[in-house]
Amino acid sequence: MEKLPAVEDAVESVLAANSTLPGALLPILHEVQETLGYIPPESVPRIAKALNLSRAEVHGVITYYQHFRQTPPGRHVVRVCCAEACQAVGGEALAEHARTRLEAGELSFEPVYCLGLCACGPAIQIDETSLHARVTPKSFDALIDALEAAR
Amino acid sequence: MSVTVYVPSDAAALALGADAVALAIAGEARRRGIAIKLVRNGSRGLFWLEPLVEVAGSRDRLAFGPVTVADVASLFDADFLNGGAHPLSLGPTAAIPYLFMQRRITTRRVGLVDPASLADYLAQGGGVGLQAARGLAAAEIVQRITDSGLRGRGGAAFPTGIKWKTVLDAVADRKYIVCNADEGDSGTFSDRMLMEGDPFQLLEGMAIAGLAVGARQGFIYVRSEYPHAVAALKAALDSAQDWLGDFRIDVRKGAGSYVCGEETAMLESLEGKRGIVRAKPPLPAISGLFGQPTVINNVITFGSVPDILGQGVDAYRDLGCGRSRGTLPFQLAGNIRFGGLVEVPFGLKLRDLLYDFGGGSRSGRPLRAVQVGGPLGAYLPESQFDTLLDYESFAAIGAGLGHGGIVAFDDTVDLAKQARYAMKFCAIESCGKCTPCRIGSTRGVEVIDRIRAGQVEQITLLRELCDTMIHGSLCAMGSMTPYPVLSALNHFPEDFA
Repeated sequence: MEKLPAVEDAVESVLAANSTLPGALLPILHEVQETLGYIPPESVPRIAKALNLSRAEVHGVITYYQHFRQTPPGRHVVRVCCAEACQAVGGEALAEHARTRLEAGELSFEPVYCLGLCACGPAIQIDETSLHARVTPKSFDALIDALEAAR
Repeated sequence: MSVTVYVPSDAAALALGADAVALAIAGEARRRGIAIKLVRNGSRGLFWLEPLVEVAGSRDRLAFGPVTVADVASLFDADFLNGGAHPLSLGPTAAIPYLFMQRRITTRRVGLVDPASLADYLAQGGGVGLQAARGLAAAEIVQRITDSGLRGRGGAAFPTGIKWKTVLDAVADRKYIVCNADEGDSGTFSDRMLMEGDPFQLLEGMAIAGLAVGARQGFIYVRSEYPHAVAALKAALDSAQDWLGDFRIDVRKGAGSYVCGEETAMLESLEGKRGIVRAKPPLPAISGLFGQPTVINNVITFGSVPDILGQGVDAYRDLGCGRSRGTLPFQLAGNIRFGGLVEVPFGLKLRDLLYDFGGGSRSGRPLRAVQVGGPLGAYLPESQFDTLLDYESFAAIGAGLGHGGIVAFDDTVDLAKQARYAMKFCAIESCGKCTPCRIGSTRGVEVIDRIRAGQVEQITLLRELCDTMIHGSLCAMGSMTPYPVLSALNHFPEDFA
């Protein structure tokens, strides 16, 4: 795994590129999380200062949105759709299976409410880059086995 | 001359293995010394056939699907590039009944065009609407949209022309065009398919809106669950700036909040704040983004605009029924055999959509309920399957078409559990501003739990709670969560006994 840039440097370069955008806070938080994997608490005062906001306001935004993380994620983030269209084809059983399977390991489980793959559920997303449709507990295990083996 | 081969890069096609198939086709062609041009198109929206590979023939495009990596060698063996017969051959794509029976207007180029190429977009009839708009006065553009009868496709079905006129008439130094691409409803994917499959059409619709109301800046607010749509839009914008003239569009990413699909919460989010619903008035058309007059429409609404300007108001208005004019790209989802995108004029029977297009349930069991219009939409029993798919017919049965998403359930569904989920979802996603939604949803989960544990007398309490939420909530999140709950209670009482 490549070494992550130091928190301070990363935050400074994100701020330099974005802080004059109108409504800059969300783009900044996205880019910090994309760079570091999460939004470190120590970055909050710096972001607040750059945008002339209070720390409470920045904290409020980070905690309001499900997408933002304040702690480093697992080696991979596995999002399992828990919404109705996937429920109609066994999504709940899959989500339960996934939660149990990933509980102890080093991959993160996150429920997600719709990936827009509703005609071919149950659907999952791994690290935003990889999508899988018509997933069964068995095919889920095969995917996770491969992720765990590849290190 | 090399043959053009199309392999979709639509997110659903990717989820079914399209990238691996594209790689295998390119590799096999290289091995055999055959020159091909590989285009990553959008999806035709026939998801049981994805990955659907197409070959450009002399007259038609020929379809093969669903193609797996293991099929690729045999496709080459059968000379599929020159129309050779293969078990996966589906004939000319346009003649596949599922597509042939549709009337694709807004999604006409999705799956056909190369979404990464402005030149291809313009060659396939794109850009005509913007060109027409550039020769018209602002008020004339607004008038045409009004005359077309177009209503907001995001769910509220508000007349688009009236909204645009309000923004046109507002006096301000700066106005904004905002595209709501926070397609959070389960069972919907038409916005995603248009953004991934024909992004220039959305940009064109927004640019026309800019001309119509005097705005030079647009934002597209895309949910973070759609990284592929974000990438497709950004790629399109990179090559579109000259074409768009002095109208500038920026893509902004949501962050996993359903309520940000509510327009005022979305504005808060765009301004960099928590996505908390604003009280209305003032309407966003008067005081919207950064306090300025703002047109807010969803992807399919903007996507319908170029055609209305380019092909004429009458052609669009003549489709549909009653006060529901034009077409709606419906989305068949959940437990359905032939799930996908079905764009048809308003007025088709729900039953025809479910069976003629959808082919019944995927599981083979009888369909027991369908939820129309996302998590805030009603559950309809079989006895209501003859309802016509238009705004007024659905309103008449206490339901809504919403964004046109239809989620089918077979007879194993427990509607009391689905009602509980509706309340639970509201509790998770409520922005917290108003009490009926914030507290009511949590109390709703508790009451339904008691009912399911045998305290049926609590049904009265649940109905009263729903009444409070409907009439006391600030936005649709709280006021429409009772729709799935009450419809489950009314049409499937046996599940609550």
